[in-house]
Amino acid sequence: MAKATVHVTLKNGVLDPQGKAIQHALETLGFSGINGVRQGKYIELDLAETDSEKTQSAVTDMCEKLLANTVIETYRIEVSE
Amino acid sequence: MTIENASITADDIASHGLTEDEYQLALDILGGREPNMVELGIFSVMWSEHCSYKSSKKWLKTLPTEAPWVICGPGENAGVVDIGYGLAAIFKMESHNHPSFIEPFQGAATGVGGILRDVFTMGARPVANLNALRFGAIDHPKTKHLVAGVVGGIGSYGNCVGVPTVGGEVNFDPAYNGNILVNAMTVGLADQNRIFYSAASGPGNPVIYVGSKTGRDGIHGATMASAEFDEDTEEKRPTVQVGDPFTEKLLIEACLELMATDTIVAIQDMGAAGLTCSSFEMCSKGGTGIELDLDAVPIREEGMTPYEIMLSESQERMLMVLQPGKEHIAQAIFEKWELDFAIVGHVTDTGRMVLKKGGASVADMPIDPLAEASPEYDRPWVPTEKAEVVPSDSVKHGDWTESLKKLIGAPDLASRRWVWEQYDHMVMGDTVQRPGGDAAVVRIHGSERGLAITSDCTPRYVKADPFEGGKQAVAETFRNLTATGARPLAVTDNLNFGNPEKPPIMGQLVEAVKGIGAACTALDTPVVSGNVSLYNETDGQPILPTPTIGAIGIIDSLDNTATVAFKGDGDAVLLVGGPDDISGGWLGQSLYLRELHGVEMGAPPPVDLFQERKVGDAVRGLIQNGDIDTCHDVSDGGVAIALTEMALSGDIGVTIDIGADVSAPWLFGEDQGRYIITCIADRLTTVTSTFENEGILVRQIGTTGGDSISFTGDASIGLSTLRDFHEGWFPDYMAA
Amino acid sequence: MKSAVIVFPGSNCDRDIAVTLEKVTGQAPAMVWHRDSTLPEGLGLIAVPGGFSYGDYLRSGAMAANSPIIADVKKKAEAGVLTLGICNGFQVLTECGLLPGALIRNRDLKFVCRDVNLSVERTDTAFTGKYTGGQVIRIPVAHHDGNYFADNETLDRLESNGHVAFRYCNDNGKVADEANPNGSARNIAGVFNETRTVLGLMPHPERLADERLGGQDGVPMFESLLEQLS
Repeated sequence: MAKATVHVTLKNGVLDPQGKAIQHALETLGFSGINGVRQGKYIELDLAETDSEKTQSAVTDMCEKLLANTVIETYRIEVSE
Repeated sequence: MTIENASITADDIASHGLTEDEYQLALDILGGREPNMVELGIFSVMWSEHCSYKSSKKWLKTLPTEAPWVICGPGENAGVVDIGYGLAAIFKMESHNHPSFIEPFQGAATGVGGILRDVFTMGARPVANLNALRFGAIDHPKTKHLVAGVVGGIGSYGNCVGVPTVGGEVNFDPAYNGNILVNAMTVGLADQNRIFYSAASGPGNPVIYVGSKTGRDGIHGATMASAEFDEDTEEKRPTVQVGDPFTEKLLIEACLELMATDTIVAIQDMGAAGLTCSSFEMCSKGGTGIELDLDAVPIREEGMTPYEIMLSESQERMLMVLQPGKEHIAQAIFEKWELDFAIVGHVTDTGRMVLKKGGASVADMPIDPLAEASPEYDRPWVPTEKAEVVPSDSVKHGDWTESLKKLIGAPDLASRRWVWEQYDHMVMGDTVQRPGGDAAVVRIHGSERGLAITSDCTPRYVKADPFEGGKQAVAETFRNLTATGARPLAVTDNLNFGNPEKPPIMGQLVEAVKGIGAACTALDTPVVSGNVSLYNETDGQPILPTPTIGAIGIIDSLDNTATVAFKGDGDAVLLVGGPDDISGGWLGQSLYLRELHGVEMGAPPPVDLFQERKVGDAVRGLIQNGDIDTCHDVSDGGVAIALTEMALSGDIGVTIDIGADVSAPWLFGEDQGRYIITCIADRLTTVTSTFENEGILVRQIGTTGGDSISFTGDASIGLSTLRDFHEGWFPDYMAA
Repeated sequence: MKSAVIVFPGSNCDRDIAVTLEKVTGQAPAMVWHRDSTLPEGLGLIAVPGGFSYGDYLRSGAMAANSPIIADVKKKAEAGVLTLGICNGFQVLTECGLLPGALIRNRDLKFVCRDVNLSVERTDTAFTGKYTGGQVIRIPVAHHDGNYFADNETLDRLESNGHVAFRYCNDNGKVADEANPNGSARNIAGVFNETRTVLGLMPHPERLADERLGGQDGVPMFESLLEQLS
C-alpha cells in the first residue's frame, strides 16, 4: 500500500482571489510581513500499488486528467510507503 | 428480553436532558427495567423540546388549522394546501438557530437542506426557498462574520440544489447577539393524487434507508436545540453537521422519480435525532412496530455504536417503507443516482421498536406508550405589561429629508441586494417577481398562474405587546401577499422564543400564539405547519420574541398582478386604509423613534383585523380586475419609506401633497392596515369609489413624476441621493 | 431543429434550457444522461446546461468533463455540430478542451446572481445572427466561478481572430471594469472555438427568453440557431 499526496495550486500569474482574501484577513488580524499567500488543494490517495515509480506515474496521469487543470494550476506529488 | 443493563447514573440522566420525573416515566414505560444507553438516548431525543413540543403543545393546539382548501395541516413533514387544477402547494418553515450560531455557514446550509427534505418527502418538487434571518447588533464583533457565513451557507446549498431563493428577511438587534435566528422556508408543488405521508403500515413491509451514509455528525443536535447556551457551548463544535447539497439534489431527483411509481407506502426524512425520530414517528403514526438491523445501515466511519447510529444527524438521508416485492424498483433508481440504498428492517405488528446489532437486541421499547407519555407542560406564564401609547409630539421632529435619508439607509431598512444577489433567485425559470418587492411571485410551472410567498415578523412589536405583535406578523403576510394581487391561503409559523421555564418568556409565547390564532381566524389563513425554537437565551439574555410567519397565496392570472415600482409619470398616488388623521400617526415602537431618536418605547400599532381583511380584499379586487398594477403595503418606516421604495424601484419620483404641512408622524408613523397604490387618471374615479363604497378611507397623497421625492411647499430630496443611502449601507457595512 | 441537452448529476438548468429550446424552436430536445455513450443521430445542437455538475466539487466542470458522454460530445462538436455551453456548461467545455481558457473564482469571492449588460461582439455566427452589430443585451448571470482566465497570448489570439462572443459592458455598451461582475479577463463573458461552432458563455440567455420573466434578450440566440439549422 502506498500513500500519495497531491498539492494543487494556481500557477504563478493566475489571479488567486482567495489567497488575496486570506492575506488581507491575516493583515487585519495584525500579522505583518506577509509577502504573499497562495491557496490550493491537498488531496490524499490511498493506493494498492506498492511500486513507487508506478505510483508516481499513475498519480501524474490522474493529475493531468482530472485532479489539476493545467491551464491554471500546477501540481506536486509526494509518494510515501 | 436480552437487553444488557448499562447501569444508568444520575449524570447520564442529567446529561440527556431528562428530569427526574421524566426518567421515572421512562422506567414505567419499560416495565420497571432500567433503559440502556441506547434507549436512554432515544427517550432523551423523543422527549426533547425540539421533538415533543412539550412547552408549546398546549397552546399550539389552539391555532386554527382547517379550511376547505387545507389538505393536510400540522403533524406531517409539511402542510399541504389545495391550489386548484389538481395541484397542491406543500410548505413549511423551520429554524436552524443554534447550529448556525456555532458554525454559520454549515448551520445555515443544513437548515436549508432540512426544510427542502421536509417538503420533497411529501412528493413535492421544491420551487422556492425563503430565509428569515435575525442577527445581533451591527457593531457586535461577531455579527459580520455570522452574516457572511449564514448568507454564504444558504447560497451554497440553495444554489447548488437548483431551487431559487426568492425572499426572506434580515434584521439586526442586540437581543440576538448570542442567539441568531435562521428560519428557512421551502415551498413545493405536487399533484394532489401523489402526496406521500409518513405513517408506516403493513407488517412485513421492508424499511429502506436511502441517501448519504451515517457518520458521527450532530449527535444530540435535538437536545442542543432545547437548551440554553452558555460559554462552553462553542466547545461543542463536533455536533455540527456538514451539508452536501449535491447529494440532496440527487436525492430530490431520485425520490421524485421513485414517487412517480406505485411503490412507496410511507416516507420520512431523517432530520433532528435522525433514525430514531424518523422510525419512531413513522410507526407511531401507523400504529405499527419496527425492527431495524443496525448492521445494515450504511455507515461512514468505523466502529459506530448503536447509540451513535440511532442518534446521528448526518444529513441527506431518508427512511421509507415500500410495498413488498418492489425493492428492486427503488434500488435501480437509487443506484442510477449513485445514492446509498439499504434494506434495514421491516414493519412489525408488535408496537415495539426493536434494534439489533450483531444478532443481539440492543434496544426494545414500546412505541405508543413512549409517544403518548411524551410530556406536555402547562408552564406558568405572566402576561407582558402593556405599554403606554406614545403621543406624536413626544419627540422633537427634525428636517424630514434628513430623517428619510437616515431611515432609508438604516440597517433594518437598507436594501438587501447584497444578500439576495448571492442567492440564485431565477433558476427553474419561473421567478416572476424577484426579491425586493412585497412578496416573491413564482409561476406555477407550465401555467399562467402564480404563487406569492412571503415571510414576516416585527419582533419589536411582539416584545412590546405579544398579542398585537403576533396579530401583526400574520396581518403583514396577508398584506404583502395581497399587494401582489394574490389571495392568501395559509401560513406556517416558526416560533422563536427564550427560555419557556421563565414565566415572562412563556407569557410572550402564549400571547403571541393567541394573537396569531386571532389573525389567522379573521383572515382565513390557517396554520398548516410550523416549528418551535425555545431556549434562545445566552447567559440569561433572551432574544426578542420572534414568531416568524411564512405565508403563501395564489394568483389566478399572472396578467393581473401588481409590483411596488412606480410605472409612469402623472399617476395619482393613493393611501388606502388606516386612520384618517393627517397630522398624527402611530409612533410607538416605530423605526423612526428608534433610528432618529434612539428610543424604543410605547405600545406597537394595533391591528384591526376586520378592517385589515376589508381593505385587503378591496385592494386585491382592483388588482385582479386590472384597475391597478402598482401597490405596496405600508410597514416599517411608514408612508415615507413605502413611497421611497416605490420610487427607487421604478426610478420615478413623487410629489406629496396632503393639503397640510409636513408632519413627521404622518410620514413615518407605522399605523397598520394600509397600502399605497397608484392609478392612471382614467381609473381614478373607479378606484376611489370602490374604496368609498366599502367605507374604506382613501386619500390622494401625491402624484408620480420627476427624479426626487418632494413635499409640496417644502423641501425635496433626489432619488439618486436616496438610492446611494439605500443601496450603500449593506455592502459598505460588510466591506468595512 | 433537433437538439440534445446533456444532463449530469447536479445539472439544474437542464429543464430551463429545454423549456426555452422547445418554446423557440417548437421541438423538445432529447435529454441525454451523462452516462450514455452516444448522442442521438442528426443533431443540430448540443446544449451543455448550467448547474452544479458533481456539486462543483474539485473544480467546476472538471468531473463532468470526464463523463462517458463527453467523448461523443467532443467528436460531434469537432465534426461541426453546433455546441452551446451555458454557465456550468461553459466550465465543462473549457475543462474538456473544446474551448480555450478556464473559469476561476469570482474576483470578490461571492456567488453573483443579477442581470448584466453584454455587448454582442459579432453577428456573423450561427449563435448571434439575429442580434444587431454592437447591440447591448441584458442577460442574467448566476455563478461563483465565472472569472474567465487565459494567458495573454491566448487572449490576444482570441481577440485578433474574433473569437470573443460577448463582453460585459455598461448600459451604453462601454466595456468597463465596473460592469464586470466577476473580474474576467478583458471583460470576456463568452468565447467561440476556432470555427465559431462551439460557444461557451457564463450568462444565461435561457433565463430571459420570456416576457413574463422580465425580458426576451435571450430569444435571438435561439432564433439564430433555428434559422441556421432549418
